[in-house]
Amino acid sequence: MCDMEKPGRLGGFGPFRRAGLRFCILLAVGLFCLGPVLWQAVTSVKPDVDLVRLPPILPERATGLHYERVLLESPLVQSLVNSMVVAASATAVSIIVGSFCAFALARLPMAGKPVILGFVLATSMFPPIAVISPLYLLMRELGLRDTLVAVGLTHAVYALPLAVWLLTSFFRQLPSELYYAARVDGCTPLRALVTVILPLARPGLAVAALLVFIFSWNEFMFALTLTASDSTRTAPVAVALFPGLYEIPWGDLAAASLVVTLPVAGLAALFQRHIMTGLTAGSVKG
Amino acid sequence: MAEVKLEHLSKRFGTTSVLPGVTLTIREGELFAIVGPSGCGKSTLLHLLAGLDRPTSGRILFDGVDVTGLEPRERDIALVFQSYALYPHMSVRENLAFPLRVAQRQNGLDRRQIEGEVRRVSGFLGLDALLDRRPRELSGGQRQRVALGRALIRKPRVFLMDEPLSNLDAQLRASMRAELRRLHEELKITTVYVTHDQTEALTLADRLAVLDRGEVQQVDHPHEIYQRPANLFVAGFMGYPPMNLLEAQVEGGLLRAGPLRLTRPSVLSEFRHNQMVMAGIRPEAIFVEPAEKIGDEGAVAGAVRLIEPSGSGAWVTVDCRDTHGVTTIIGMAPAWFVPRIGDSVAVVARRPTVHLFDPATGRRIGSA
Repeated sequence: MCDMEKPGRLGGFGPFRRAGLRFCILLAVGLFCLGPVLWQAVTSVKPDVDLVRLPPILPERATGLHYERVLLESPLVQSLVNSMVVAASATAVSIIVGSFCAFALARLPMAGKPVILGFVLATSMFPPIAVISPLYLLMRELGLRDTLVAVGLTHAVYALPLAVWLLTSFFRQLPSELYYAARVDGCTPLRALVTVILPLARPGLAVAALLVFIFSWNEFMFALTLTASDSTRTAPVAVALFPGLYEIPWGDLAAASLVVTLPVAGLAALFQRHIMTGLTAGSVKG
Repeated sequence: MAEVKLEHLSKRFGTTSVLPGVTLTIREGELFAIVGPSGCGKSTLLHLLAGLDRPTSGRILFDGVDVTGLEPRERDIALVFQSYALYPHMSVRENLAFPLRVAQRQNGLDRRQIEGEVRRVSGFLGLDALLDRRPRELSGGQRQRVALGRALIRKPRVFLMDEPLSNLDAQLRASMRAELRRLHEELKITTVYVTHDQTEALTLADRLAVLDRGEVQQVDHPHEIYQRPANLFVAGFMGYPPMNLLEAQVEGGLLRAGPLRLTRPSVLSEFRHNQMVMAGIRPEAIFVEPAEKIGDEGAVAGAVRLIEPSGSGAWVTVDCRDTHGVTTIIGMAPAWFVPRIGDSVAVVARRPTVHLFDPATGRRIGSA
């Protein structure tokens, strides 16, 4: 702002040059991040013959053929439905269980809260690859192999630490007097949670739910290991299994990737302001 | 309505003892204030009374029945918070009805009866026009009324208030204080009122307890507390401006309190020559007058350090210098005399009430 007042120092065009510089940097960063997505978008509408040639960078004639094939002839639609079911149930389970945990950690008199929170965090530190074979054996013994329940449950468990941490900091931000008031007004702790704390923590619940949903939607390794048929595969797995034996259908892959990405990208864009405040919760206001 | 009894109630957080052991009896139907500086343990005490926290040891009795182990909802108490703690997602009506709705299974009230109760309380507190508003659409005083209403609607046995007026501006605080007194006269519910504001405690309460570092210093009627503080802490804490506490020495028929020469009070007849005591004199018993009076009987010279105008005059802080050093005394200047900072003035004590305290224990000496 100070520089704006004395444009003379950078010559008469100072402010404009600075604005231009900023624009260029933003453009570069934006292209770097979105470049692959743009390339996918271009690929998804290229006719097959243009796919393996360069030039042209942009196709002379756009085609909807890949989208048609992906949506009508492949198991992608079924996998999208599976993904939706898995992500929604994982979200529901981890938010409900997470709320109870977080409420206890935020408000109930309890010894060793920091230790418990530490343990919760530690469980999310295990690399998924380290638990995957015992998990597979466990699910097989339980008779859950190749079911949506197995995938949803695993996702819920893996997302639980995130939900607990986020919700704990959200609950702690609510004035403790409100909880005390509810208790004095005759509520049991559970009723105080349901009638006072949860309604007030709605923005926090939405953020936690969204992050868990996105995690579950994108998760690949557990979903790949625990499923074996088209009827249970989630979208990322289905897309990954597109390549055939002799050729890689680049156009179809690109179209499918975009179709899979769009719902969560849309959700994230819609809630981005809430997500930002959600992730910084407790660090500034707390 | 109930009599509340605390027996050796103590609370420890980790290794720090917040309340070493409080024993108190709050009589049925009484408005009882607990007053003390911040950090004296008064809020902890209130949380223990409400059942929001468990004591480390000791008992709480309501009408002789031990409630120490009971949950807040089993104690039939209501609590008004300093921050009001209204539920922001509910309208005024829902806030008021909340305690009744929660207890619907026990009290057996139906929707219409609850609405009737809400109407009764809102009429009582002048909230009729605000029933459909949300708390954030209310002013501070209105929020305070809703908080009171939410506490009143259940007709609790004991009413607890945690600095309920300290978020209000001065005007409103005075009128709400009168209102609280009126409510209490009408309902006669045993009320425990916690505050750090000693004026509030003295003007509002039937009886009050002065608390310091978790220990009860004195329990009595406001008048008694003001007239006969039990120890140095109570003397210095209660009353504004604070009492002048001067190191004093017996000298023949005189008591030399700092620069002031006072007649020796009869309770000191046993005292030896040169024995030390602490002498307390309220600022309203000391007069600050023009410098011409300095030669007069009992008048000493001093320099003005601070002036606080009050309605009918001004409280003047004066530094009095003598051979023993500088003593700071607060006194009252009459309306016709307006000194300026740095002015030389006369400080006169004309047969004041002198409170005497043992310098070692801080306890009051005699009954003077």
